[in-house]
Amino acid sequence: MSRLTTDLNLAAPDDFYEALIDAHRGLTLEQSQELNAALVLLLSNHVGDLLVLKEALGHARELALGGAETTPTA
Amino acid sequence: MQEIDYQKVEFEYRRPPELDSGTVTHRPVVVVGAGPVGLSMALEFPRQGIPVLLLDDDFRLSTGSRAICFSKRALEIWDRLGVGQRMMDKGVSWNVGRVFFGNEEIWSFNLLPEPGHRRPAFINLQQYYAEGYLQEHAAQNPDIEIRWRNKVVGVEQDESRVRLTVETPEGTYQLTTDYLIACDGVRSPIRHMLGLEYQGVTFRDRFLIADIKMKAEFPSERWFWFDPPFHPGQSVLLHRQPDDVWRVDFQLGWAADPEEEVKPERVMPRLKAVFGDRDFSLEWVSIYTFSCQRMEKFRHGRVFFAGDAAHRVSPFGARGANSGVQDTENLAWKLAFVMRGQAPDSLLDTYGEEREYAADENILNSTRSTDFITPKSEISKIFRNTVLNLAKRFPFARALVNSGRLSVPATLYDSPLNTPDSDAFEGAMVPGAVALDAPVARLEPFDGITEAAKEPDPRQADAWFLGHLGDIFSLVVFDDGRPLPLGSLKLPEGVQLKVIVVHSPEHAAEAKSRLSAAGNPQVTHLVDVAGHLARRYDARPGTVYLIRPDQHVTARWRALDAGKVHDALRRALGLGGNA
Repeated sequence: MSRLTTDLNLAAPDDFYEALIDAHRGLTLEQSQELNAALVLLLSNHVGDLLVLKEALGHARELALGGAETTPTA
Repeated sequence: MQEIDYQKVEFEYRRPPELDSGTVTHRPVVVVGAGPVGLSMALEFPRQGIPVLLLDDDFRLSTGSRAICFSKRALEIWDRLGVGQRMMDKGVSWNVGRVFFGNEEIWSFNLLPEPGHRRPAFINLQQYYAEGYLQEHAAQNPDIEIRWRNKVVGVEQDESRVRLTVETPEGTYQLTTDYLIACDGVRSPIRHMLGLEYQGVTFRDRFLIADIKMKAEFPSERWFWFDPPFHPGQSVLLHRQPDDVWRVDFQLGWAADPEEEVKPERVMPRLKAVFGDRDFSLEWVSIYTFSCQRMEKFRHGRVFFAGDAAHRVSPFGARGANSGVQDTENLAWKLAFVMRGQAPDSLLDTYGEEREYAADENILNSTRSTDFITPKSEISKIFRNTVLNLAKRFPFARALVNSGRLSVPATLYDSPLNTPDSDAFEGAMVPGAVALDAPVARLEPFDGITEAAKEPDPRQADAWFLGHLGDIFSLVVFDDGRPLPLGSLKLPEGVQLKVIVVHSPEHAAEAKSRLSAAGNPQVTHLVDVAGHLARRYDARPGTVYLIRPDQHVTARWRALDAGKVHDALRRALGLGGNA
């Protein structure tokens, strides 16, 4: 059973997206990588539930691999 | 008294009688390797009434400090073997670790935040002292024979015995044994002779150990730096040892040249960068890489592997020698029961099951620490450094900082020897856990709580709960004011049981008058002076714990039932259910 919310959960999707892109404005790719890493860590702690996090990691990895690998994490 | 320089001690080779008699002698048990693990193993057997032969291919103790962090559990085992206090007297006790990133302290941990333990989380002690004390203790025991410069060069086994070929400076001889225990280290010649290998990961990084002699006022704590200004981009670990010796461990990276980096002209500038113009001298320098690996099976017929011979980890976490000593306590009582014919051979399989499980836990922790300290990829390094940066500001990130998760004994949750709980309990003392310590006082002559009694002298073994456990099974009953139905206890054949009754301080006086009339000299009565036992064991009046000879909890109930104790003992001996 899926525990990760993949239906829309953002009250203002466009506002969020703008804030995300704004946060990266003027950063080098290196700095952006650092920002992303910090963001992942901060939000992961907020979520807390390892099963939810593993599900999200699985989807993200699948996407990065172009769908070549299915269910990489259990 | 002038202290012995244990690194210079040379042990005398004595011509084994087999070289002249030409006969093949037989021994009940032979241990190979006189390191901390082999010596601890040998010390167990006379306590079980079994003489032991210990063979070592060398004639010296450890050269260089090598393993320096000995854990609470290793100390507790050495306490049971009678040599723990000596280690304590010499060692540097510590409980606190600090982690720095750059110049800034980002995290500190106290491994033993609670009072009421006889031993600290760790002592630091050069390996040659630990080995020297164990060896001296063994040398006093007529049931332990140590043969130096006796190198095992051949091993064969069949269903009934193991045949060893042993090489000495004066020729080779053969002997047979019922059981062989290989404690012969990472390169284990016995493992190779049997065609067995490790499986696991080797890490691509190099570390430099520099042990230096220096007068310094730093506290007795473990200090770990990520990316310090005095060694940019890499990690450094600092530890205090006895005799004003300090362990400094520098991460060098995979590209470092192991031949060049140990030269004083390379090492000294690195140390000066850390300590400036302080006066110090080099004691020992070594460069190492490391692996997290283990044998698939620790038991092969009549041959058992323990310590580094069976498993190896990275040094971050002090999980090497400490887990090896725990291997030996697990194996000793099982072998003794099987050798006395009181337990089936299958009990020995559980040595493998339990200690392979513990090794996996150590390898997992050690691998995770190593992945943090030595990131394997660019993105892994980005996450690592981001965690360190976040840790300066946010508490959650400090828990992710991993400079080594330090050795604690494995809880053997799934051991087939455990009797699963049938009553409800809270807390850590589940079947399979190592029994926790607490201060106690004997009911006789206890006459009331003093503050001093709550934190008794660590030198006084019988003022501590663990001092009353071990070598045989123990039944610990928390007094409920009713007479113990000890007469109804039926034990499996040959099993000895130590009965300990724990009294709360409030009821001690009442218990004293009640018991003086019907005192049973076979029962030890203890007062839980600070209430730690009741709390740590989630005990209520009537609660019962059954504890193995290696001080692991194996069963517990809310009330004493002779039939259940009997069944649990049979189960803990691999004898199966009712009989």
